[in-house]
Amino acid sequence: MSDASPNSTDRQSGNSKSALTRFFGSRITWPVLGLAVVLLFNAIFIPSFFTLEVRDGQLYGSLIDVLNRGSIGVILAMGMTLVIATGGVDLSVGSVMAISGAIAALILTETQLGMLGIVPCVLFAALAAGLMNGVLVAYLKIQPIIATLILMVSGRGIAKFITGEKIITVGDDSYNFYFDFIGKGHLFGLPFTVTLFVTLFAVTSLFVRMTSLGLFIESVGANETASRASGIHDKGVKIAVYVFAAFCAVIAGLIDASNINAADTMNAGVFTELDAIFAVVVGGTALTGGRFSLTGSLIGAMLLQTLMTTLYTYGVPSDVAPVPKSLVIVAVCLLQSPVFRGQLQRLAGKGGGR
Amino acid sequence: MTSPVLLEIRDLRKGFPGVQALAGANFNVQRGEIHALMGENGAGKSTLIKVLTGVHSRDAGEVRFDGQSIEPRAPVQAEALGISTVFQEVNLIPHLSVAENITLGRQPRRFGFIDWRRVRESAQAAIARLGLSLDINRELCSYSVATQQMIAIARAINLDAKLLILDEPTSSLDEKEVDELFVVMNRLRSQGLGIVFVSHFLEQVYRICDRITVLRGGQTVGEYVTADLPRIDLIAKMLGKEPADIESMEAATAAAHHQDAITLEKGEHNPPVLQVNQYSRQGSIQPFDLSIRKGEVVGLAGLLGSGRTEIARLLFGLDSPSSGSLSVDGVHHSRWTPRRAIEAGIAFCPEDRKVDGVIAELSVRENIVLAMQANRSVVRTLPMKKQLALAQHYIDALQIKTPSTETAVGTLSGGNQQKVLLARWLVMSPKLIILDEPTRGIDVGAKAEIESLVASLRSEGMAVIFISSELDEVVRTCQRVTVLRDQQVVGELTGDDVQENRIMEMIASSHE
Repeated sequence: MSDASPNSTDRQSGNSKSALTRFFGSRITWPVLGLAVVLLFNAIFIPSFFTLEVRDGQLYGSLIDVLNRGSIGVILAMGMTLVIATGGVDLSVGSVMAISGAIAALILTETQLGMLGIVPCVLFAALAAGLMNGVLVAYLKIQPIIATLILMVSGRGIAKFITGEKIITVGDDSYNFYFDFIGKGHLFGLPFTVTLFVTLFAVTSLFVRMTSLGLFIESVGANETASRASGIHDKGVKIAVYVFAAFCAVIAGLIDASNINAADTMNAGVFTELDAIFAVVVGGTALTGGRFSLTGSLIGAMLLQTLMTTLYTYGVPSDVAPVPKSLVIVAVCLLQSPVFRGQLQRLAGKGGGR
Repeated sequence: MTSPVLLEIRDLRKGFPGVQALAGANFNVQRGEIHALMGENGAGKSTLIKVLTGVHSRDAGEVRFDGQSIEPRAPVQAEALGISTVFQEVNLIPHLSVAENITLGRQPRRFGFIDWRRVRESAQAAIARLGLSLDINRELCSYSVATQQMIAIARAINLDAKLLILDEPTSSLDEKEVDELFVVMNRLRSQGLGIVFVSHFLEQVYRICDRITVLRGGQTVGEYVTADLPRIDLIAKMLGKEPADIESMEAATAAAHHQDAITLEKGEHNPPVLQVNQYSRQGSIQPFDLSIRKGEVVGLAGLLGSGRTEIARLLFGLDSPSSGSLSVDGVHHSRWTPRRAIEAGIAFCPEDRKVDGVIAELSVRENIVLAMQANRSVVRTLPMKKQLALAQHYIDALQIKTPSTETAVGTLSGGNQQKVLLARWLVMSPKLIILDEPTRGIDVGAKAEIESLVASLRSEGMAVIFISSELDEVVRTCQRVTVLRDQQVVGELTGDDVQENRIMEMIASSHE
């Protein structure tokens, strides 16, 4: 059976535009350029940024650090991309991360089940969180920003309830190899988190483009009523993306908890939902829904992480770092806007004394 | 003494990627005349208006307005020069008052605050200039679409406009409202305004316009005095055909229509594809019965708001009924949704294709395969090759004018969007297709194409429900017509009784 679609992942192809128009028209051009500029800055001012060391067969260095730390951002951005493409937004992913970490820590410290207990429990949590968000948005027609705000606020409370309002530390007595491996293990010479986010990115990209889910998501995001009139199960599509976003959040939560060997419900995943939204927008997916680009979001998330790591390496205090970060975000978003580019061109035209 | 020529466009050119929308268009408008701008889909009417009003910049050509060369870069600049436009869709804010809408963005101020007394005065003056009397303090949305349109005109001319462009102003108005609009237009003409009237209704163009300019393929075919240009010649010039061709085309439809009566009798024994009994929806349509057989075209005729669209939406499951039963091919259905309707072989081209129809952001290909894909499960994706083949097939078959299969549908003209929507359903080979105003907002040529398409679908055995406000179209296309008035089915006409005057009688006679 030859039922596989050839190369359907690249939707920009097949256009008869010139290479240059396609280059500047493509949604991922600007985040890529942004990333290149930040890396160039590092190449000039912090050459050590590119230094890679091999210790015990494993790579170390700032770049590896970016990939490792960026993994949570990328994973959350995958889920956020699909939610935003339907015209929604999910503010609850940070709290779902905290719930996931809390569940894992509780199971490790209180039971002998290990990963066999953690995996089904966090998957169930993801399903419950996603269904709650999805049903509120799709069936009860609550604005996504409000619908998910409910879980954003209450989710942290649920996490605290699970941990009994304290930080649960996963000590040596409750050490679990697999859990430890998620956040701190190495595979193929790289941190395991890299394998994790690359796999998630690849599987998600393939799945949405090989099946018609991607088309349905874009269709619902671009015009909900017309999609319904075409027979698309618009509510089902919406619920699916919120469940997927929650699924990404519990994975991110496990990475975070494994990293710090603890479930810190007050600090786990705080503001990560906003970073994920940033990554998606910087990556070229419009908040109004419709066309989306998972690759763009991946690059967007990497751009943010590279920027943060650069700022820390350069010695910018972590309290101040968000300021230059937001400047870069504004710059990339402006460059993406065709209106702004048009104005720039007009200014350039005038300056040239046309 | 100012010259009588108000607007002079010379050799205007404008290209978009893949399309040369304007290839040397000329257009003149005098003070105190109503000038029709006519042309098929893609003739360049919209582009010409958009260049004139500063929405698009031009590639080449000259625009002289009121004695000087102009090149507006934004609609605001065009308005400041005295060129105002009123579009088909009312671009006003529903929940603001009439006075606020008229003066929005240019409210008179005093000490930096809005001077409400002068706002009302200025709005009142604008309304009075049109000879209207309405309460300027009421919310805009409390008025009918027709009145809102007048208010939009009042807003436009409040800017001391010298040229008023009306782009399809009558397409959502009923006959009486059109009359009201024409009174206003005549009044403005006598005040010395130049008015550009863009419309697909030939009837109206002949009633109100002094002169006609015809565009075709981005070029001006010619400028004519309305009284000297027979209708058949106008259509011929728009289509680029000889008048004789069109007469034979009309003769052909007449002959086909005659044939209908015979085939209809033969089909009498076919079981109905769709049947509804005492179907109703609170507040939008009284209980009605309707059944339609294979190979039959049933028309729904009535004035705007009589319940035509409401019936269509009920039959497709977009709205749920308050009472009654529905069956397809003899199978009774209780929870009727678009998904189930599609599964049962029903298709629906809605009246408002931008809201319920095409998905502007998606490509022509994606729009065409959408319903078929939605009807398969998510994982059973149509192979890309098949998708491209399907899209290309219908682009050729329906002559959809698009640069490629991957072009976003939103960039196509209205008629081509309509064809994409039709293609989406034809891909499904439905048993019944509901067409709600399929020819609205599209030009004569495309209208004829859609009519002949309906005829060919019918001959393939498809059942069609055809809704149109243009009675001649209903009469040409349908073998059976259900007549509606005030959310109620008031009667049915079949065979030789399907005539314009019979339909009108029926709508009128029920007014007691």
